[in-house]
Amino acid sequence: MSQLRIDQEIPGEELMTSGHLACPGCAAPLAMRLVLKALGPKTVVVMPASCFTIIAGPWPQSSLRVPLYHAAFAAGPAVASGVRAALDIQGDTDTTVLVWVGDGGTFDIGLQSLSGAAERNENILYCCYDNEAYMNTGIQRSSATPWGAWTTTTPAQHPESSPKKDILGILAAHRIPYAATATIAYPVDLLEKVRHARALRGTRFLHILSPCPPGWKCADDETIEIARMAVQNRVFPLLEVQDGERWRFTVDHAGDPVEPYLRRQGRFRHLNDEQVAHIQADVDARWESLRRRVEASAGRGALTQSLAFG
Amino acid sequence: MKKVIIGNHAVSWGAQLARVEVISAYPITPQTQIVEKLSEMCADGSLAARFIKVESEHSAMAACIGASAAGARTFTATSSHGLVYMHEMLHWAAGGRHPVVMAEVNRALGPGWNIWTDQNDSLSQRDTGWVQLYCETNQEVLDTTIQSFKIAEALDLPVMLVLDAFYLSHTAEPVDIPDQEMVDRFLPPREARFKLDVNDPHAFGALVRPDSYMEMRWLQQQAMREVPGVFDKVEADWMRMFGRHYGAVESYRAEDAELLLVTSGTVTSTARFVVDRRREAGEAIGLVKVKMFRPFPTGPLREALGGVERVAVLDRNISPGHSGIFAEETRAALYDLPPEDRPEIYGYIIGLGGRDVTPSVIDEVIDRTRRSTSAEREDLWVGVSP
Repeated sequence: MSQLRIDQEIPGEELMTSGHLACPGCAAPLAMRLVLKALGPKTVVVMPASCFTIIAGPWPQSSLRVPLYHAAFAAGPAVASGVRAALDIQGDTDTTVLVWVGDGGTFDIGLQSLSGAAERNENILYCCYDNEAYMNTGIQRSSATPWGAWTTTTPAQHPESSPKKDILGILAAHRIPYAATATIAYPVDLLEKVRHARALRGTRFLHILSPCPPGWKCADDETIEIARMAVQNRVFPLLEVQDGERWRFTVDHAGDPVEPYLRRQGRFRHLNDEQVAHIQADVDARWESLRRRVEASAGRGALTQSLAFG
Repeated sequence: MKKVIIGNHAVSWGAQLARVEVISAYPITPQTQIVEKLSEMCADGSLAARFIKVESEHSAMAACIGASAAGARTFTATSSHGLVYMHEMLHWAAGGRHPVVMAEVNRALGPGWNIWTDQNDSLSQRDTGWVQLYCETNQEVLDTTIQSFKIAEALDLPVMLVLDAFYLSHTAEPVDIPDQEMVDRFLPPREARFKLDVNDPHAFGALVRPDSYMEMRWLQQQAMREVPGVFDKVEADWMRMFGRHYGAVESYRAEDAELLLVTSGTVTSTARFVVDRRREAGEAIGLVKVKMFRPFPTGPLREALGGVERVAVLDRNISPGHSGIFAEETRAALYDLPPEDRPEIYGYIIGLGGRDVTPSVIDEVIDRTRRSTSAEREDLWVGVSP
């Protein structure tokens, strides 16, 4: 992607300021900066407990130039539903209500609230920035932690033994209008997805892979490169799902081997060749399953319009 | 307009007359009829509110918090396990200074499962920062529902109005439904002092360091201290417009009493009946009804109980390992009276899990208190067969 294209595509307006409190190399503020550029100033952010609770800044400061409500850990989508209802009743149906939360708040403690909001098809945009563990509390495993990874609660002698939860599949199964994956390594793809989501009504879900140098044990200038590797080796394919039915890849995935990606990160240092081969086999199998879903979606039209009462 | 309605519907009528804008709730017995009625009102257009039908009580309170933070007049109702499941969000609503109003139908906590009345659910939320008002009749329930919004929005504090399961929630009584136009005059639309506003962006609830957290709690406590004054003014306005008045604390036939009962909720009505009978028999017995539990009405209670020989507190609740909660709080409130004015306080545990509190139960409390020569005054149980 050329520098020229990025300059043309990415709006100049900054709604996330410098002076935030992220660690060096953190992908999350880059993601927030891009998402807010695409959404614009008519946005209210609801932020359950996560690294970003710290990144956004302590009272009386804020690194966001939009209204921000810090919410309890499990409560993001429900708080957002309330904000949405209040704005609607005041006649403001245009402002986007954005939930911004990590993987713990999405895959684990917030899943019930998220499922409730998605089932009700609340008119909100939900962004999960996924750094694959509880990083803010010091790198404990979540159900987003990949198989084989070290964390402080999955030590190298007994690393993470469950596969990463398929959160996109779970959200797609709610048949919400839009669910997609994205990363900061593909900023134009991310922006296009946010813009597309902004124009839709109902629950929109964006799963953003967000490498974390302290938690992944990589250098803080490798964030974007590692995120790009995760896409190209199909560990984290970029795709979108409309109405839970129409699956589509949004970039080309080269199908690089996973080993160089794993070897770049200290959290996978303990893995032997057999374990690396197991991860490769799993990535291949999941890619195949996704590919079939994408193929099966080809030519599938929009769902029948839902029948509204009253 | 007079209607014969159950306590749950008195809440619904109150919320409708208050013109709530956002409701979020989850079903639980014996509260459910409140939100069923409100759903009907929203569906038939007689209430212009958004109703968010959430997947849990935790989310119900979270949605109320979001709506309130965005400036809407917000209401929910729950009971028992629903209330204690909300616990985290109750702190959040109060700490965030969101004037949410909630009707809470007192019901016992499991295990074993029990749907009948008991105050342990609401009293275990004592320290969450909510104003708590306990009601005795369906009329009081309706009036208090509307008044609660006025108190909440005046001070940016959440208010919980409490009614007994079944004795009020499912019991029909004649209730005077106030005129909408007059209620509108009493309670104008909410004007939020602070709200999520894209034209004036601020962050709410951010990390607060030790150098400022204490000031935030101090401000919350100052607001709590203002509740009694605001409550009295709200009641005076209500009295003037609608001719009814309850009081944070009400003394009933307390003149020259040797023994005063302290009651809350529907037990009060039964106790009034017993007090009348005892007075007819020439006994100097009265009662003091406590409506406001948080903030605790220390001053009015000292005034109402100071100088009386003996006080018997009826608690439909228990703080395990200690005593009944109203008794505990009453003792603490009266400790600073001069010793000659300080009554002997007897704390009785009655009616847990909906066990009927009949006149004979209250007679037993009175007789035991009058006869007592023991220093044992806390944790006295009535009607238990171990």
